[in-house]
Amino acid sequence: MSLTKRLIACFDVIAGRVTKAQQFQDNIDVDDAVTLARRLYAEQIDEIVFYDITASSERRMLDLETVRAVAQEVFVPFTVGGGIKSVDEMHQALKAGAEKISIDSMAVRNPEIIREGAAAFGRQCIVLSTQVKHVGVRDGIPSGYEVFIDGARTATGLDALDWVRRGEELGAGEIVVNSIDNDGLAQGYDLRIMRAVADAVNVPVIASGGAGTVAHIAAGLTEGAAQAAIISSILYSPRLDRNESPRDIKAELSDLGIPMRPWVDVDDLG
Amino acid sequence: MKSAVEARALHYPRLRMIGVVDYAAGNAPSVSYALTHLGLAHQLVGSPAELAGCDHIILPGVGAAPATLDSLDATHLTAAIAQAVSEGTPFLGICVGLQILLDHSAEGDVHCLGWIPGRVTRFPDTVRVPQIGWNAISPVRAHPILANLPDNAYCYFVNSYFATPTHPEDVIATTDYAGAFASIIGRANIVATQFHAEKSGPVGLRMLANFASWDGDA
Repeated sequence: MSLTKRLIACFDVIAGRVTKAQQFQDNIDVDDAVTLARRLYAEQIDEIVFYDITASSERRMLDLETVRAVAQEVFVPFTVGGGIKSVDEMHQALKAGAEKISIDSMAVRNPEIIREGAAAFGRQCIVLSTQVKHVGVRDGIPSGYEVFIDGARTATGLDALDWVRRGEELGAGEIVVNSIDNDGLAQGYDLRIMRAVADAVNVPVIASGGAGTVAHIAAGLTEGAAQAAIISSILYSPRLDRNESPRDIKAELSDLGIPMRPWVDVDDLG
Repeated sequence: MKSAVEARALHYPRLRMIGVVDYAAGNAPSVSYALTHLGLAHQLVGSPAELAGCDHIILPGVGAAPATLDSLDATHLTAAIAQAVSEGTPFLGICVGLQILLDHSAEGDVHCLGWIPGRVTRFPDTVRVPQIGWNAISPVRAHPILANLPDNAYCYFVNSYFATPTHPEDVIATTDYAGAFASIIGRANIVATQFHAEKSGPVGLRMLANFASWDGDA
């Protein structure tokens, strides 16, 4: 009995609707965010992360109304991100019912926001999300992986491992590694960069981008050395022949020897 | 002589109002949503006057101990909560709301409330810090907050620091992370969880309901 690995459902939200992309493009509609959140909570997902994926490009604050509506339905941790530019905006998201704030492109533009957020709300509140792409080892990119921002459209010249180490130093409490190459393809996480990031920092690391089967998730949590796995396609992508519930996925991971939160029979709680 | 329960019943006949302490660094909304889901009457409390009508107090917490203490002092709530607790009002501290109950926290090297003797220290770097995720609760003694829970209950933790009460009898449950640490502590009408009960799914909601129906007698 010890700390378990986490299964995190990712919602890419546009106007209150969850969508599903491939390699950060071609989003198709899935479901209403609140309806989907309620279903996944009932199936005992460990955590939910909500990205308002058009907030940043539309230069607006994230959709607090939907954040509030989801927070009222799910009693597991809830992370939000998208368009957050300041400590004041983080505060608004937390007061809407989020536990954690995910920052990505904005942290690259203004790394001090990591420090400021951690000072105001504690390091556990600040999740540094990174979009990484394999570009090959070259000058300034010793790991061969470069950080991109703005929905994978803009190269930053930052080396992925340098950036996550810097993020940890500045106060990030968790690091999400999103593989741009693998996103939405359901072919598995990029285990090489996951493992490299897990070795580079001492905060929890979350694998993201590419899981299509339980075996992929298991690989992310073992070979990839991640503490948590973000999934979405396998839960609800219309592009996959078969979707699975959090309950079944967690049971299969347990059977593979990965420590997961056991199913709770709600009727037994009285 | 009347029991503490009867005395409170005289003060607050048939009233059940949980005060959720709402301060700048806290996550009162999450606790409020959970209590709403459970159908439990509650109000957010941001001043001593708002505390007056409450017969239970929840002190939610996120973030750092120094900021939490400063934030409570700024609203003059520290003394008001201490007064209510000394009169027997059932009190639930959550996360940092647990850590500030001890004498001292290494986080910012601050003196805390000292309601439960002991200290708060950081996890060693042999494990990933913060601890983030679901971990098991092992009860070491019976307590009303544990009513109806499964033997192997998992709750959601987010913490870099943990409490070590001086007196073992103040420990209600332990959890393993770089060794066993106190994950539920309490004495008399005070109880506190290191994990986020409001974010621990059906198990956490059960604990909040247990707290709401607790009269403060341990």
